[in-house]
Amino acid sequence: MKFDTPATTNPIDRLRVVGKATDRIEGPLKTTGTAHYAYERHDVVANPAYGFVVGAAIAKGRITALDLAAAKAAPGVLAIVTADTAGKLGKGDFNTARLLGGPEIEHYHQAIAVVVAETFEQARAAAALVRVEYAREKGAFDLAALRDSAPLAPGGGFNGSPETRVGDFEGAFAAAPVTLDATYSTPVQSHAMMEPHASMAVWDGDRLTIYTSNQMIAWGKGDVAKTLGLKPEQVRLVSPYIGGGFGGKLFVRSDALMAALGARAAGRPVKVALTRPLMFNNTTHRPATIQRIRLGATKDGKLTAIAHESWSGNLPGGDPETAVGQTRLLYAGANRMTAMRLAVLDLPEGNAMRAPGEAPGMMALEIAIDEMAEKLGMDPVEFRIRNDTQVDPEKPERPFSQRQFIRCLREGAERFGWARRAAKPGSVRDGRWMVGMGMAAGFRNHIPFKSAARVRLERDGRIVVETDMTDIGTGSYTIIAQTAAETMGVPLDRVEVRLGDSAFPVSCGSGGQFGAVNSTSGVYAACLKLRDAVAQKLGINSSDALFADGHVKAGNRSVDLTEAAREGPLTGEDGIEYGDLGKKYQQSTFAGHFVEAAVDAATGEIRVRRMLAVCAAGRILNPKSARSQVIGAMTMGVGAALMEELAVDTRFGFFVNHDLAGYEVPVHADIPHQEVIFLDEVDPMTSPMKAKGVGELGICGVGAAVANAVYNATGVRVRDYPVTLDKHLDRLPTLA
Amino acid sequence: MRPFTYERATSAGDAAARVARTPGAKFIAGGTNLLDLMKIEVETPAHLIDVNGLGLDRIEPTAEGGLRIGALVRNTDLAADKRVRRDYALLSRALVAGASGQLRNKATTAGNLLQRTRCPYFYDTNQPCNKRQPGSGCAAIGGYSRPLGVIGVSEACIATHPSDMAIAMRALDALVETVRADGSIRTIPIVDLHTLPGTTPHIETTLGKGEFITAVTLPRPIDGTHIYHKVRDRASYAFALVSVGAIVRKDGGGRIAIGGIAPKPWRVEAAEAEMPRGAKAVASRLLAGATPTRENAFKLTLVERTLDAVLAQARA
Amino acid sequence: MSSLSDFELSRRGMMVGTAIATTIPSLADAASPASIAETHTASVSFEVNGEPRQLELDARTTLLDALREHLHLTGTKKGCDHGQCGACTVIVDGRRINSCLTLAVMHEGAKVTTIEGLGAPGHLHPMQAAFVKHDGYQCGYCTPGQICSAVAVLDEIKAGIPSHVTADLMGAIEPTNMEMRERMSGNICRCGAYSNIAEAMAEVAGERA
Repeated sequence: MKFDTPATTNPIDRLRVVGKATDRIEGPLKTTGTAHYAYERHDVVANPAYGFVVGAAIAKGRITALDLAAAKAAPGVLAIVTADTAGKLGKGDFNTARLLGGPEIEHYHQAIAVVVAETFEQARAAAALVRVEYAREKGAFDLAALRDSAPLAPGGGFNGSPETRVGDFEGAFAAAPVTLDATYSTPVQSHAMMEPHASMAVWDGDRLTIYTSNQMIAWGKGDVAKTLGLKPEQVRLVSPYIGGGFGGKLFVRSDALMAALGARAAGRPVKVALTRPLMFNNTTHRPATIQRIRLGATKDGKLTAIAHESWSGNLPGGDPETAVGQTRLLYAGANRMTAMRLAVLDLPEGNAMRAPGEAPGMMALEIAIDEMAEKLGMDPVEFRIRNDTQVDPEKPERPFSQRQFIRCLREGAERFGWARRAAKPGSVRDGRWMVGMGMAAGFRNHIPFKSAARVRLERDGRIVVETDMTDIGTGSYTIIAQTAAETMGVPLDRVEVRLGDSAFPVSCGSGGQFGAVNSTSGVYAACLKLRDAVAQKLGINSSDALFADGHVKAGNRSVDLTEAAREGPLTGEDGIEYGDLGKKYQQSTFAGHFVEAAVDAATGEIRVRRMLAVCAAGRILNPKSARSQVIGAMTMGVGAALMEELAVDTRFGFFVNHDLAGYEVPVHADIPHQEVIFLDEVDPMTSPMKAKGVGELGICGVGAAVANAVYNATGVRVRDYPVTLDKHLDRLPTLA
Repeated sequence: MRPFTYERATSAGDAAARVARTPGAKFIAGGTNLLDLMKIEVETPAHLIDVNGLGLDRIEPTAEGGLRIGALVRNTDLAADKRVRRDYALLSRALVAGASGQLRNKATTAGNLLQRTRCPYFYDTNQPCNKRQPGSGCAAIGGYSRPLGVIGVSEACIATHPSDMAIAMRALDALVETVRADGSIRTIPIVDLHTLPGTTPHIETTLGKGEFITAVTLPRPIDGTHIYHKVRDRASYAFALVSVGAIVRKDGGGRIAIGGIAPKPWRVEAAEAEMPRGAKAVASRLLAGATPTRENAFKLTLVERTLDAVLAQARA
Repeated sequence: MSSLSDFELSRRGMMVGTAIATTIPSLADAASPASIAETHTASVSFEVNGEPRQLELDARTTLLDALREHLHLTGTKKGCDHGQCGACTVIVDGRRINSCLTLAVMHEGAKVTTIEGLGAPGHLHPMQAAFVKHDGYQCGYCTPGQICSAVAVLDEIKAGIPSHVTADLMGAIEPTNMEMRERMSGNICRCGAYSNIAEAMAEVAGERA
């Protein structure tokens, strides 16, 4: 189905199933531990061997000697594979560094060997016996030191334009009566999903099946094939349950390659899970940024000049953190400039993490806006409203498809009790706590992405949906079932959803908050094909047929849907593809984030007390799981604001605090009750579902809302994330 | 994790003798720290003696009016003991400020005292660490040192002792009872249990080879307000940036021990004399001679401000 | 009062050599082949979810790996294998523990309850049902550990075991939002379902009260 004109009334609009708060259909499996993740597939492979990955001990250099004798002689060892013995390997399209290093080492903990043994305990012990000598080379590890020399980043693809200009920024900034010029930094962050990267590889002749944990099945299949020199049709990826990804499992990682190589060498199935201490340096991370923001405004608060420059680093051939993207679209202003510069760093590979670009970009931009509002003596909500735009500020002929930004802010302010906020920072006390309120805009683009599915009407009347779409906790199973149930006119429990298998039609996959709308649109398209097949079978004109209550109705005739499959299952297969509506209309999601924070007046400790997000994101397919997506993103945003930082050792070139004790993410005690409101919205420009994503909107801006609340509590502005107590302690009021 | 042989101890004395005479032998009780470190080969015992069956899990009153806590009393049980909650609130508070419910259900009293540092370089066997591999250097100095020590540290090591419980034990002047490899028993004041790193950071206690902690004894309860104030970035399940364990009498005097800043529970008795004069006076005595890094110098300010809050809370 | 001294500068930190040959052994000290030449096994008998089980295991096998790899009870998850996440939480002899930080052979005679022992699809434990109703999970990987912990937490509150946020150490303890959040903090949920988990627990705690 080609979607190239705005959606009109369609079967989804009935909203009998879609749009209803619905328990996850896989809930009983997940809550009883009977949903099986990649490392747990005892149901498909009886006796796999265990692989254990050895990581490089240096950041940059070469292996000069590799002694495997002791490891090979260790009990239970079946095979050891290194770059010397792996055979010729390619590199996946989505990998920057090679997944198996050696002799050249590109980053710390880059995989250099997999040791395969009968048991996990034996593989782990033998892996520690691998003796390696290295020639260490000088590397670049310090982003701040390279800031001045970093060139413009490469453009294209997800990177966008490295440099943009509209009007005359410099002139307008110089002429503006009120200006802000401030620099912010965000640290390296880690996805830290709960399920480690894990894969089990099974060879059948020259065909390879990998049970894995991967967000993007088709990308993964292609990259496994490319890396191993196979044809794509020789590779099957299976990933029905994924224990979190957040971008960290968008790409094939070393667990999959090492399992495949280990299985080939050992001549039997091998499973590999990366150990937690290895994950942080072996896999990808959200790169650190330095961001300079300059704003110029009239005295009455109209922005006239907006500049956002960002510096980040990556391995040679890597991409920048696209932290300036939202600044091109969020606020009006005639004179604008953005730039992204990229330093070469020999740290591990930087790549996408939940809302790449916007998440760190909004952390900086939305503090800057707060600072500017204060300079202007304006309420931060009103300042944002004054600078709203209904069109792409760079291309005024291009409107937003929907933009309820002002309503998000106004409703949020109303619901949160924003009027009670003291404008003067540091003026509210609650016992030992200094209390403040902060807010920020939330903004994340919608991305159209083609997506296909196959839908089958079984003899027993069940509807079976198959697509290689994944559910990484996002609720895909349920919204896909809702979509099929709605379109086919059956109750939800008659739909079975099968996901995450490369044998199924290629979907959009899970990423960039594009999963929900695109995958369900693909399922909708396939359902329409199935409806045609059903109608034809029943001798009904498809355009007259009404699918409802498990029946197909046309005129006075009403037939049980199951009748159509009496002689055998009927199948509909199709996908959604998009025309240029995304070019004609800017399609984005909006939010207002509101936070109340308390700061211990003595110790400077920061605790979040209340959180609210008001979101406008098109039709909400399942308000229950959509809300969970938003609160989860808000939680990660609290982590980004207050604690998350992979500490870089700039001498040795690695992330030091590489486990879950050292890299702190929020725990239960950090997160209060969270409130989420979805504004009524249908966006016919996006898709037949009239929906957009929410999974990343929730993290975009919330970090700044926390930082702004902390500032409102203390009067001390911290511009370097995470906002930890040491950064404001010496500027807090002296104690009595 | 290297292979090891495993046996269950039959008596404390026997266990001590066996560990002393068996190369590479170690006791295992809760296992929450030892197994953690064995998995990454920071600890590599060849033989484990499981002491969990020794029955050292009782809390009994002493003739002197104190409490004798068996070495294997779990942190949860110690914190929940009615006498501890009533008479040694500082200890209860310190215990429940540490780790997680699951870990406290396993971790033992003796094991808690003997837990090893959480310095991230100690945990990474690719990195130099004088504590893990004597003579290899200290990567933390000049590296990522925000969570590390500011006082009592040395040019060889700036690791901290991570225990919360030990801070309370130090303030309470607990006594550590042990049995040695030769079967003799002795009592070690807690002040003498942990050592400073100096040039030998791999030596962390004064326990002899095979010496086994059987109990920890608390002297008679000490009057005053018991407060344990732990400061950390996240609200729970994190090691202390700084913690203050205090017993403050009505007259403003009392005891103070500090966690998160030193290789052992940090208490300077002379500083306690300054308590009536306030946090600044106490802190300047407590922290005299501190040698922080650029990244952790904030801990000096933090100790003073936390102390101030604790003293204010005691007054209130 | 920061006294950043010359000490830091004068201290002999690690100097990083450039372009020099460096040998980095992956271990603190070289293992003698003798010490790794054999795998030591031990036998253990315990009860899992009411069923007696006897296993002959490499002594190094954690309770977690015994459950997952030997008994194929994969509901108990391995998130970090170092006691830093809580995904492996099981209930042993009535107490919740991290099954990753204990050896299976240390549990002779123990009674182990895993998520599979609490309920199954079709007959959910009330806590499992409350998690479904309140959407107290997303990816599902930390969920079994959260649920085992949640069940044990309500028992701990009932038993009067204090927590970091218990105001009065000698008073009765109520299952308040803060009590439950503090006690659940050893179970990390990176998807961020905390707010919903607290609601699921409140519902179950309310029903029990």
